Amino acid sequence: MENSRSYSESVALETAAVISGEAAPGIERSDAPTVHGGGVNTPLYAARVKVYPKRAHGTFRTVKWIVMAVTLSIYYLVPWLRWHRGPYLPDQAVLIDFPSRRFYFFFLEIWPQEFYYITGLLVLAALALFLFTSIAGRVWCGYTCPQTVWTDLMIAVERFFQGDRNQRMRLDKTPWALETLWRKGATHFTWLLIAVATGGAWVFYFADAPTLARQLVNFDAPMIAYVFIGLFTATTYLLGGIAREQVCIYMCPWPRIQGGMVDRDSLLISYRGWRGEKRGPHKVGQSWEGRGDCIDCRQCVAVCPTGIDIRNGSQLECIQCALCIDACNEIMDKVGRPRGLIAYDTVRNLESAGKDGLSFNLSRPRVVLYSAAIAVVGAIMLTALMLRPNVDVNVLHDRNPLYVKLSDGGIRNGYTLKLLNKAYAPRYFRLAVKGLPGAELTVVGQEKEPDLVITVPADDLQSIRAYVTLDKKANAALPAADAAFSFVVTSADGAAEAEHETTFQGPER
Amino acid sequence: MAMSKRDAVSEPETTGHEWDGIQELNKPLPKWWLYVFYATVLWSIGYWLLMPSWPLLSGYTKGLLGYSQREKVASQLEAARAAKAEYRDRVAASDLAAINADPELLRFALAGGEAAFGDNCAPCHGRGAQGAFGYPNLRDDSWLWSGTLDGIQQTIMHGIRADDPKTRSGAMPAFGKSGLLSAAQINDVAEYVLSLSGGSHDPQAAERGAEIFAKNCVACHGPQAKGNHEFGAPDLTDELWLYSGDKATIVTTVDGGRGGVMPTWVGRLDPETIKELAIYVHALGGGE
Repeated sequence: MENSRSYSESVALETAAVISGEAAPGIERSDAPTVHGGGVNTPLYAARVKVYPKRAHGTFRTVKWIVMAVTLSIYYLVPWLRWHRGPYLPDQAVLIDFPSRRFYFFFLEIWPQEFYYITGLLVLAALALFLFTSIAGRVWCGYTCPQTVWTDLMIAVERFFQGDRNQRMRLDKTPWALETLWRKGATHFTWLLIAVATGGAWVFYFADAPTLARQLVNFDAPMIAYVFIGLFTATTYLLGGIAREQVCIYMCPWPRIQGGMVDRDSLLISYRGWRGEKRGPHKVGQSWEGRGDCIDCRQCVAVCPTGIDIRNGSQLECIQCALCIDACNEIMDKVGRPRGLIAYDTVRNLESAGKDGLSFNLSRPRVVLYSAAIAVVGAIMLTALMLRPNVDVNVLHDRNPLYVKLSDGGIRNGYTLKLLNKAYAPRYFRLAVKGLPGAELTVVGQEKEPDLVITVPADDLQSIRAYVTLDKKANAALPAADAAFSFVVTSADGAAEAEHETTFQGPER
Repeated sequence: MAMSKRDAVSEPETTGHEWDGIQELNKPLPKWWLYVFYATVLWSIGYWLLMPSWPLLSGYTKGLLGYSQREKVASQLEAARAAKAEYRDRVAASDLAAINADPELLRFALAGGEAAFGDNCAPCHGRGAQGAFGYPNLRDDSWLWSGTLDGIQQTIMHGIRADDPKTRSGAMPAFGKSGLLSAAQINDVAEYVLSLSGGSHDPQAAERGAEIFAKNCVACHGPQAKGNHEFGAPDLTDELWLYSGDKATIVTTVDGGRGGVMPTWVGRLDPETIKELAIYVHALGGGE
């Protein structure tokens, strides 16, 4: 390494050059350094440069508060919603029931073999992510990603106890002052409380919430619940409280992928260089002619939670949270210039320096294709869900042996049947054979009952052994050694019916 | 190493590597990333100390926690046995008919019986209980001794022609080898046996064979050749054969006799398992 200065020193030196003085009358220039995406010689390893995001005020900050309130409420409260499913099933609206292998979601219930619905949901989620990204960049990262939401919450807590950017920096300069200790202590304690609540809410998705809550308080909950609360407490505290932007920049793959998702017509948070340059401090009475609107106050840098300078253009570290828009708009209002020096804009508009007006094109191939794919997958999923029967029968034909010859020359085949009752109450089913003339059906354990009524518990499956017998004549009448036929299962009230085709195998001819 | 240079657009240093015009920026790795790597190294050392890890010339390092997968499996098997105890007790306390009539207990017995059958009975009777030459098919409706629940249990417990006072005995004598019948007589009686189940045969020889059969065979196989469970004598009129039904095999059977052996299982399997096996075999399709 030719440079002898450390990375953080370089950042500080580079920053010092631009600090000092006013950016415009009454507007102090921020000393916020460009932590990430700056241009300095780089060592192999670099210590983290702490980011002290300043509080922003404005439309997007308000939107982010609302999104945070809504998403956190959903996360913490959903396990407590009830959904009546009758006396045999849990009444928790959203429940991932591992012991009985069921996933309950309000009116939906997913069995393990129906996991393709979850796959479909993931496909939909991915496509929606692609669609939103191609329309408006990393809106997911900026507003709804759990990392963003919890980090935002942790920063709010930090600001409550330690004050805004400047106070926090001052506290960090006097690490052992009593004030620093209690303010930091209160911050970390509150972070831990939030982290415990996050882990605590997580486990409620996997067991009856009120019961588990009581068990947790009495310390007689299953060990696994405490393990997962511990795990989520640790990750929430570390990732949301401590690591913050490091997660987005170094751990998350999405910043690397997003470059392939956006195009010249995607709305990205952009600094309108054509309007802002040439930047520089603005003095009282100075004309705005012949210069840019950017007064180089670095407020956009000060509010940035990842510590970048948006004026360097679109970059990997930008999570597109829009706080720099709020910060800049506030300044533009103060200096009496139009808002929108930093705004959601497209690369195409930036290149034409805004001469085409604010053109925004939604009928791009990728937007249309993603929308069409979402519509197709959604329609398939919806149709499959609507047509899903609440009774099903699976048939496994014995393979060893394929058939049994009886003393009178008749042929018997054995089958294992699984009757699935997806109703919320026990049901009785009639079993019959269709399409095999002369077939005699017997069920193990029901030899004495001619009706073959099989009871299947509520929301469960019943495995039964069935034998189908053809006498010598009936078997000889079959056109070939093997014949296709169906098992038909009908609920006692006749309302539900399921059919499964299988084969009857006789001796080779 | 490629020469590092500065990317004209975004300023930071590049590694000098270029693929199709895409350059790799040279960015520092965060320090904490390095520390996480060191932490994983420390973790592995802790793991070596606590868990079984290093192979030695004989054996391996056991680790301070004394963890053993073998013991883990043993304890899991013990837990599984304990979980089954309630049903095993009910099986022990109920007679076979009662188990067969209780759907819950029946399902438990069938599952246990299937596992025990695979472990103990499949080598002779086949994995699907379909039998083989000389080993009865347990799925059909023809039984040498008994196809009732109690009869099957008796057979499993004490075996057939086994070293057990309560075993089922009775054997097909070696009519030829012991000189009771001549080769010609054996030929005739084989023709008669073929005729009983409608096989192709020589009617004159069969007629002669009928007399020989009446003198020598009815004691066990019965006057109608329908067999007798008392002696394990098979029904010769049906379509099933323990040994093959072609003439050569029938001649061999009459000439040299037959006496397949089934071992006793009492003492080797616990009573509950034998009950489960009886239930399972009975439910294979041929139970009486």
